[in-house]
Amino acid sequence: MDFNYSEEQQMLADTVGRFVDKDYDFETRRNLSRSAAGFSEDNWKLFGELGLLALNVPEEFGGMGGGAVETLIVMEAFGRGLVVEPYLPTAVVVAGLIAHAGSTAQKEKLLGAIANGSRRFALAALEPQGRFDLWNVETKAVSSDKGFVLNGRKSVVSGGGSAASFIVSARTAGISTDQQGISLFLVDAGAIGVTVKDFPTIDGLRAAEVMFDNVTVTADALIGVLDGGYPILDAAIDCGIAALCAEAVGAMSKLIEITAEYLRTRKQFGKPIGSFQALQHRAADMLIALEQSRSAALMAAAKLDAVDATERRAAVSAAKTIIGHAGRSIGQAAIQLHGGMGMTDELAVGYYAKRLVSIDLTWGNSEHHVERYASTFS
Amino acid sequence: MYLRENPEEIAFRTEVRNFVQCELPTDIRDRVLNFLRVEREDYVRWQRILHAKSWGAPAWPQAYGGTGWNATWRTIFEEECFTGGAPRQIPFGLSMCAPVLMAFGTDAQKARYLPRIISMADWWCQGYSEPGAGSDLAALKTRAERRGDYYVVSGQKTWTTYAHWANMMFLLARTDSEAKPQAGISFLLLDMKTPGVTVRPITTLDQGHDINEVFLDEVKVPVENLVGEENKGWAIAKYLLGHERTNIAGIGMCRRLMRRLKEIARSEQKRGRPLIEDPYFRQRITKLDMDLMCHEWSLMRLISLESGNKAIGPEASVLKIRGSEIQQHLTELLMECAGPYAVPFVPAALELDSTAATAGGKLLNPLAAQYFDMHKISIYGGANEIQKNIIAKAIIGL
Repeated sequence: MDFNYSEEQQMLADTVGRFVDKDYDFETRRNLSRSAAGFSEDNWKLFGELGLLALNVPEEFGGMGGGAVETLIVMEAFGRGLVVEPYLPTAVVVAGLIAHAGSTAQKEKLLGAIANGSRRFALAALEPQGRFDLWNVETKAVSSDKGFVLNGRKSVVSGGGSAASFIVSARTAGISTDQQGISLFLVDAGAIGVTVKDFPTIDGLRAAEVMFDNVTVTADALIGVLDGGYPILDAAIDCGIAALCAEAVGAMSKLIEITAEYLRTRKQFGKPIGSFQALQHRAADMLIALEQSRSAALMAAAKLDAVDATERRAAVSAAKTIIGHAGRSIGQAAIQLHGGMGMTDELAVGYYAKRLVSIDLTWGNSEHHVERYASTFS
Repeated sequence: MYLRENPEEIAFRTEVRNFVQCELPTDIRDRVLNFLRVEREDYVRWQRILHAKSWGAPAWPQAYGGTGWNATWRTIFEEECFTGGAPRQIPFGLSMCAPVLMAFGTDAQKARYLPRIISMADWWCQGYSEPGAGSDLAALKTRAERRGDYYVVSGQKTWTTYAHWANMMFLLARTDSEAKPQAGISFLLLDMKTPGVTVRPITTLDQGHDINEVFLDEVKVPVENLVGEENKGWAIAKYLLGHERTNIAGIGMCRRLMRRLKEIARSEQKRGRPLIEDPYFRQRITKLDMDLMCHEWSLMRLISLESGNKAIGPEASVLKIRGSEIQQHLTELLMECAGPYAVPFVPAALELDSTAATAGGKLLNPLAAQYFDMHKISIYGGANEIQKNIIAKAIIGL
């Protein structure tokens, strides 16, 4: 094994790292988050120019043909800056899903648009009654003479408010908790019958509730096999989770740096509070949790292309669980070690803690992933 | 980045696995896997089998009869030996004394001791800790006074693992009592049969006898048994502590315990179903399995640092803490597998051929004792709290 970056990977890390350090200080981030759109279109263009949006697009469709490690590099840097642009849904999850399961025509049409930054996508997979279960789908797609008609509601769609199109999971057969009988459709946000309600999230991002009321799509909107959408969705979300894990690692490492600096400079009883062993051990615990998370994120990335999907699921669920716990404990410790200042909206500390907790609660919390992992061994 | 084992590594893993399966005597394997007492002769037998295969010293350079393996191969070897039920290779000669001799010893010392370490003609023990010098090792009081061709050594060592089986000890003693604590310490080699050496057993929580107190009363050590320079022993002690870190993670042990845990959880019943199917118990196994999987990746990251010839320092502390916690959780869950039968304990039944009756069967008898014995691993080799001090200072910069 070799955990060192290749030359190209190092360049990628340097490029994204420079962007975050230079253009993404805490004030800038906070202002972007509070703006009407919730992020910067200029940054989105820049991501396109830097090739970041093309990262997960295969080379034959105008992309960089990058893999899990390249995504990990970008997401870790984004985590350090708490980047608010909805990079993950478009450039990681949907790009990966189309590249993996799309028809040639779909790949040609959609992947180019992702790579050049002209179109954003979101994955509308979860539903209110289903919590984190991707197979719990009540949204229905009924075939008609024009193609399909969709009805239903999708919940907490990350980046949904700024997406031009959705990939929607809908039931084409079976009952609402069958893994069989789910199909995936490409639906334009502007299609008649689509309602998007965008909400702010606790961590300064956006997520939408998306309603489909007799929305008609043509037959070529189907992605992958009819009734066979679940494994595609499961794999795509796993790619998203691995990316989230890397983002969390970036956020944790920055948060620990901020906290260490505070411990070195804040004085009480006439000395830096970092000289007190009780606080040193709390900080050491944070670092141990970070190191575990770093290993977990690499493990998830390494197993994304495992031949055996069970192996992939186990690694991703283990990583998500470990990072969920680590994120919470690091976040809370950082606030605790900052004392009263940690509770104020002035400091970045709370923003990092909120992002880490939100990551835990995205695409399956620890409870969900412990259950998922438990189904992989006898 | 290349995040998988290469074909050579996979082939080597298979080779070691087959070797252990074929060559490890079954009586030794049964003792190890069933948490029964492992005897001196068992360790020696296994070491000689490895030595005959030229695998006796995985971490040594080939020039000294070692394998010359890199860190990845050593780890694969260790994992496969552990999971196959082999006893550990006793580290005191192989991984502690030998690297010191290679780095600081005279040619005569190397020629005399290294072959006897690899063949286990000598059994070494470590004379470091003292009643007043645990985590604060530099507070040691054992004195070595130069008289002609001898040092005369007096003092007390403690927690000395297998001193009762050892014929040699490497020890730290104060040769200059005026100097600062770290200065004035020397590294000496002692023949345990020298007059004035008294070994007293310490019984531990599992009713076992691995560790001892060693009393040194005017013990004569020839000056040729000084390693390195007089009063420069602290640097050697630190070198030794920093050496051979791969086993610090305890991955092989973790895997062995996890497999055992799942086996016993499959055979024990709760409400008429295998315990492993009980949702609550299964959840606890799952979390531990996840932690272990992740811990393996942490070890691989550390090894990759070592292979890249980057210094491994405080990162090893993280691994040591996590490894000890996971092993302790594993033995805790193993104990809980036994339910009420975890409580009855018959020490005599820890012998392989014992016919002593046990309340809940021979498999369940050792589990609580094993749980308590595992408490030691967050204490020895630098207590976990000391490791956290190291992390806070050396990594976080506090």
